[in-house]
Amino acid sequence: MTNALTSPPPTPGAVRAPGVPDGHHHFRWMMGIWLVLMAAGEPIIYFVVGPHVPPGTMTSEARGAQFDFYVLLMIALPVILGVWIYLGYAIWTWRASRGGPEPVVGPYSWGHLGAQVGWILSTTAMVLGLFVFGTYELAAAAGAGGGQGPNPLFTPAAHKILPVQVIAQQWLFTYRYPTFGGFETDQLVIPANTEIAFHVTSLDVIHDFWAYQLGVKADANPDYDNIAYTHTTDQLGNFTVRCDELCGIWHGAMYNTGEVMSGPDFTKWAASNEKVLAAATKLLPPFAWTYTPDANGADGGYYPDSRDPYSNVEVYGAQTVKL
Amino acid sequence: MGKRIAVVATLFCIAVGLVIFTAMDYLRSNPPTLNFAAGHKPGQTVDLTLQTVGSIGFGTHPTWVSYLTQAPDGKWEHTTLWDVPAHTMIHVTIFQYDSGSPLRNQFLGHVLGTVGGTMTLNGKTISLVNSNNGNGVAHTFTIPTLGIDVPLWGNSSTANLCGVAPCATKYPHNVITFSFMSPGVGQYPWQCFLPCGLGFLYGNGGPMQSIGYMDGFLKVV
Repeated sequence: MTNALTSPPPTPGAVRAPGVPDGHHHFRWMMGIWLVLMAAGEPIIYFVVGPHVPPGTMTSEARGAQFDFYVLLMIALPVILGVWIYLGYAIWTWRASRGGPEPVVGPYSWGHLGAQVGWILSTTAMVLGLFVFGTYELAAAAGAGGGQGPNPLFTPAAHKILPVQVIAQQWLFTYRYPTFGGFETDQLVIPANTEIAFHVTSLDVIHDFWAYQLGVKADANPDYDNIAYTHTTDQLGNFTVRCDELCGIWHGAMYNTGEVMSGPDFTKWAASNEKVLAAATKLLPPFAWTYTPDANGADGGYYPDSRDPYSNVEVYGAQTVKL
Repeated sequence: MGKRIAVVATLFCIAVGLVIFTAMDYLRSNPPTLNFAAGHKPGQTVDLTLQTVGSIGFGTHPTWVSYLTQAPDGKWEHTTLWDVPAHTMIHVTIFQYDSGSPLRNQFLGHVLGTVGGTMTLNGKTISLVNSNNGNGVAHTFTIPTLGIDVPLWGNSSTANLCGVAPCATKYPHNVITFSFMSPGVGQYPWQCFLPCGLGFLYGNGGPMQSIGYMDGFLKVV
């Protein structure tokens, strides 16, 4: 921060540029412009931009992420405007064609202790405040839709949670519903107004389950049950699921569309699938939170936890299925 | 001096251009695309005949598993790229010459997205395959973005299997047929979902990630 805010005491030989008044005058001008733009910009962000900020309001986690984004926008705006206004004002007022001061020597290059301390304190307070805010938002929203591993630190208060297993493989997502007989499908359907626990795992390499409009994003690792919570709101409709971890040739095509249905419609859908797919479900391995791909490499087969009948090489800790 | 700089600059530009051209040519190198859309009239169906082999037997990767496609002139081509007309019934016949194993994900034992949700295996209509029994599944024909999946039943690994493509029907094989309606114009990646890249991590490398072998594009024009 240099002399633009306040004029330093004149020194012998120092020359004030023609038409350049004292620094307090400039500071008042810049503050005035900043206040006017802030008064216009903050309500625009809150009322106009805010509701359209992604990822939307399909779940409480998405709504929380949206809120966090526009809190960040509202806090960033004063800083951005301050920097831009100062830069623009300086370029306009002290440009050489107006006889502006020499930028690198003389009293105009002196620092200003008050401005420097103010800047450091205000930005430090802002960053620390955002740290506290972000931590609270992570805890209050049971992980804010992020994968928390097999032993989540932040868990939802709801007693009734619908578990949905997300199985990634090169290059497809499928889903198992353990509370409906463990049927597996390539359609992700979840009910509105419900706490969902996504149990994300992989049968091969690392993928990433990103249900964009749900505000849910969790890595899919082989032999790892990565849990992400979300609470659907009453908003029905489709959402997009994408793999967000570069995973091979068809990574870009590894996506599908999910749907949030009303509670009764979901129950009907799940019960129907459980019945229709019963024969197919019998051929699947018993439901487990993780599966061990056949260690022989080529050839298929995936097995619950360490029960790979073909493998005497890889042993993984078995987990108990808790519904 | 100026002339010398101009000559050096020109030669430099030519060299850079050649490097870029060579790199792009390599990156864009693909097997040929077979055109099943040429001369197609509305209401006509398209016949697509394929074969799967345990080892291609020629080229840079003779040991890799592969699909082959029969061109409209009847000749077998080592390619997995096809132009087909939009909104047209595609009748697919696959001659499957490879041995089988369990699917990594038995979910893909479903026949999905075909007409009637079925396929025929050696003349028998089937909608679900148990890959953990018998010869298992050799490969799948799957277009995930269209929700199409067809598991291809394997041959016994102790049989005298064909090792050099294109394979003749004197070798042990299964014949799988199914039909599906082509979607609107676009490019739809398809792949095999049985990790059949022997020698690669979890069987998913090599031919499993190579267009012309176990991956390709359905190009709807």
